[in-house]
Amino acid sequence: MPTFVYMASCDGCGHCVDICPSDIMHIDTTYRRAVNIEPNMCWECYSCVKACPQNAIDVRGYADFAPLGHSVRVLREEAKGTISWRLKFRDGREKNFVSPIRTTPWGSIKSASDYDVPSRDALMSQELAHEPQALNIERLPALKRSQLVQGLL
Amino acid sequence: MGLFSRRKTIFVDSDILVIGGGMAGCGATYESRYWGRDLKIVCVEKANIERSGAVAQGLYAINCYMGMQWDENQPEDHVRYARNDLMGLVREDLGYDIARHVDSSVHKFEEWGLPIMKDPETGRYVREGKWQIMIHGESYKPIVAEAARKAATEVYNRIMITHLLMDKTKPNRVAGAVGFNVRDGNFYVFRAKAVIVCAGGASHIFKPRAVGEGMGRTWYAPWSSASAYALPILAGAKMTQMENRIVLTRFKDGYGPVGAYFLHLKTYTQNAYGEDYEPKWYDSLKEIVGDYVDHHPVPTCLRNHALLEEVKAGRGPIRMVTKEAFQDPHKETVGWENFLGMTIGQAVVWASQNIDPKETNPELTTSEPYVMGSHATCSGAWASGPEDYAPDEYQWGYNRMMTIDGLFGAGDTIGGTAHKFSSGSFTEGRIAAKAAVKYVTDLGSEQPEVSEAEYEGLKKVIFQPLDTYAVGRNEIVGGTVSPSYLLPIHGLQRLEKIMDEYVGGISAHYTTNQPLLDRGLELLTMLKEDLAFLGAEDLHQLQRAWELQHRVLASECVTHHTMYRKETRWPGYYYRADHPRLDDTDWHCFTLSRYDKESGSWDMEKAPVYHIVD
Repeated sequence: MPTFVYMASCDGCGHCVDICPSDIMHIDTTYRRAVNIEPNMCWECYSCVKACPQNAIDVRGYADFAPLGHSVRVLREEAKGTISWRLKFRDGREKNFVSPIRTTPWGSIKSASDYDVPSRDALMSQELAHEPQALNIERLPALKRSQLVQGLL
Repeated sequence: MGLFSRRKTIFVDSDILVIGGGMAGCGATYESRYWGRDLKIVCVEKANIERSGAVAQGLYAINCYMGMQWDENQPEDHVRYARNDLMGLVREDLGYDIARHVDSSVHKFEEWGLPIMKDPETGRYVREGKWQIMIHGESYKPIVAEAARKAATEVYNRIMITHLLMDKTKPNRVAGAVGFNVRDGNFYVFRAKAVIVCAGGASHIFKPRAVGEGMGRTWYAPWSSASAYALPILAGAKMTQMENRIVLTRFKDGYGPVGAYFLHLKTYTQNAYGEDYEPKWYDSLKEIVGDYVDHHPVPTCLRNHALLEEVKAGRGPIRMVTKEAFQDPHKETVGWENFLGMTIGQAVVWASQNIDPKETNPELTTSEPYVMGSHATCSGAWASGPEDYAPDEYQWGYNRMMTIDGLFGAGDTIGGTAHKFSSGSFTEGRIAAKAAVKYVTDLGSEQPEVSEAEYEGLKKVIFQPLDTYAVGRNEIVGGTVSPSYLLPIHGLQRLEKIMDEYVGGISAHYTTNQPLLDRGLELLTMLKEDLAFLGAEDLHQLQRAWELQHRVLASECVTHHTMYRKETRWPGYYYRADHPRLDDTDWHCFTLSRYDKESGSWDMEKAPVYHIVD
C-alpha cells in the first residue's frame, strides 16, 4: 500500500498524521480512522508504524515489485530503549532482530542555553559550541591561506 | 475560498529563521541558541522535526567522522578523499571547515544518547570504513530533534515555506520567508534578520525506476522536494555544480545501501556469469577521464560506469556476493540491521521475494539521478568560506552566507561540499548558525523590513491552486481530467519524463547532448507556464503543488548547468555525448548560475578551484 491501517485496531488518535514526513496519513472523514491517502509517496519509513499506540498500521510492500505474503513488523519501546523487528518471508521463514535506540533518558539533553554564556572573544573565534573540549583534541585545526592554491594539482 | 475565506495572515518575527528541521536545521537551531542567548530563534518545518528530512527513518552509520582524537584521520585527508571522489572539483575550504568541526558534533550525539558501536578492547568507535562509524541510529533524528526543540524559541511544524522575502530597501538582502500551514491553511509571514536555508535536496526530478505504487521508494526521500535550491534560486542567489547529479548503485528495487556490505561485510560484485567486471572497463574509462581512473579509492561515478557498461553489454544482472559473508552470524545480523535501521523497504523487498543473502546473491542496479549536496555529490548554493583561511574569491562576508546578504545555508543547500552526510550537514548547520549570530549582532539597529505589497502578492499566488481547482472542478462531471487545471501529480510526471528523456535519466542511459538539452528546456518552459494552472483539491495537494514548483525550478537550473559544462566530468553520473571526455583545460572549474526572476534568464559563469597543497 505501502502502509495501511487495520479498521478494527485504529482508534483515530492521529499520532500517525502528526508524524508522517510525507503528509500522507490522514483521518478518513467517514470512518474517523487513519488512512494512507497517497501510497505512491510513501517511503516505507515506518515512522507512522512506530508511532501507532494501537499497532494498527502495517506495511504491504509496493505492488510493482513486492510479491504478497511477507511481513515486517516492528515494536519500538522508548522506555526500554529498544526496537524489535520480526521479518516473515513469503515462504514462511522468520528472522528477529533487537537493537538499542537510545542510551540516555528521553528528555535528558542539556539545553544549549544551560551552558555558561560564551564570551565575545569566543564568538569572534572559529570555534563552535563546546570546542575545543568536545573535539577531544587540544585545539581546532586550521589551514593557512598559503595552503590553498588555484588551478590544477 | 476567495471572498469568504477565513484564512488568517500570521506574522512571526525572529532574529534567526531556520527553514527546514532536518539534520542541518537542527544543528543550526542548536548552535544559534548557544551563541545567541537572547535572540529569538525560529525553526520552521513542513513535516514534524521529530521525523523529518532524509534521516527520518534513521541511519545505521555516520559517514563523516575524522577520529582526530585517535589520530585516525585529519581534516585535510577528508578533503583529498572528497576531491578525488568528485573528480577534482570540490570547495576544499568549505569541506575542510566541516571536517575540522565534525568530531565535536558526533561526540555531542553520543553524549545525548545516540548508541555508537565501540570496540570493547580499544574503546574506539567501530569503523565501517575509513570515514564511517557504526551506530544503532533508529532514533538518531528524534534525539537530534530533542536538542533542537530545547534550543528554539519556537518550532513551527507543518508549514511549507514557498518563497523568501527580500528587504524593502536593499534588494540584495533577505528579510524573511512566506508559506502556509498545511493543516489549517493559514498564511505565514516570517520576518527575520537572518535566514538559514536547511531544506532538502531533490528526489523525483528524474523519472524513477518504479512508476507505480513504488514510485515513493526512491533512494532519497520523496519529501526532499528541492526547496534547498528553489528558495535561493528564486531570491537570486548564485548556485554551483547543479549539473553534478548523483546516481547510486544500490540493491534492486529497495535501494538498500551498499556501504556496510562493501566496507564492513567485505562483500563484492560480479556479473551474471560470476565474473569480476570492473577491470574490463578500465580502458574505456581511461579514454574518458585519463589519469583520474588510477585514483584510489576509485571514484563512485567511475564504478557506476563499469556496472552500466557491463549491463549494456548483456551480462546483467550484477549481483552482490553475500553468500560467503553471511555464513558468519554476526555479519548476517549487521547486514539485516543495516536495512532495518535506515532502509526498511529493502528488508520488505527481500522478505517478499524470499531473498536471504545467506543463500542468494542479491541484485544491484543504478538509481535514477538525484540532485543534492550532502552525499557523493555537491550541488547547491555558492557560499562564502571560513574567515580564517578561505581565498579572497571565496570570501565576501560571513561563513556560509550566500551571495545575498543575511541568507545562509547548510546541508543539501550549500554547494561544493560533498561527503558531509548526516553529521557534516548538522555541523554545517552549526557553522552557518554561528556566522548568522555574528551577522545579526553586527546589524545592530539597521534591520531589514518586508514589503507588504510583496507578501500580499505572494499570498495570492500561493493559494491560487485551490481557487483554480474549485472553479475548474465545477466544469467537469468528475475524474482527474480537466481542460482548466493540472493536478500536481500530472505536473510531476511530466517533469520526470522530460528530465529522464532529455537531461540524462535512466531511459537515456544517463546520456544527453546539446540538441536534447535545448529541446528539454523548451518543454520545461511550457511546463513552467502550465504551473500557473495547477489545481489543488485540498491543503495536502497545495503542498504537493509547491513541492512541484520547487522541483521544476531546480530542474531548469540543472538543465542550464548541464548545458554549460561542455565535458563529461563524471561518467557513471551522466554523459555529454557531444563532449565525451573530461576536459581539465577548459572545465577544471566550478559552474555558477544566477536566475533573474523578472526576465526568466540564467547567467552562467565559471569560478576557480582552489586546492589544498601540502
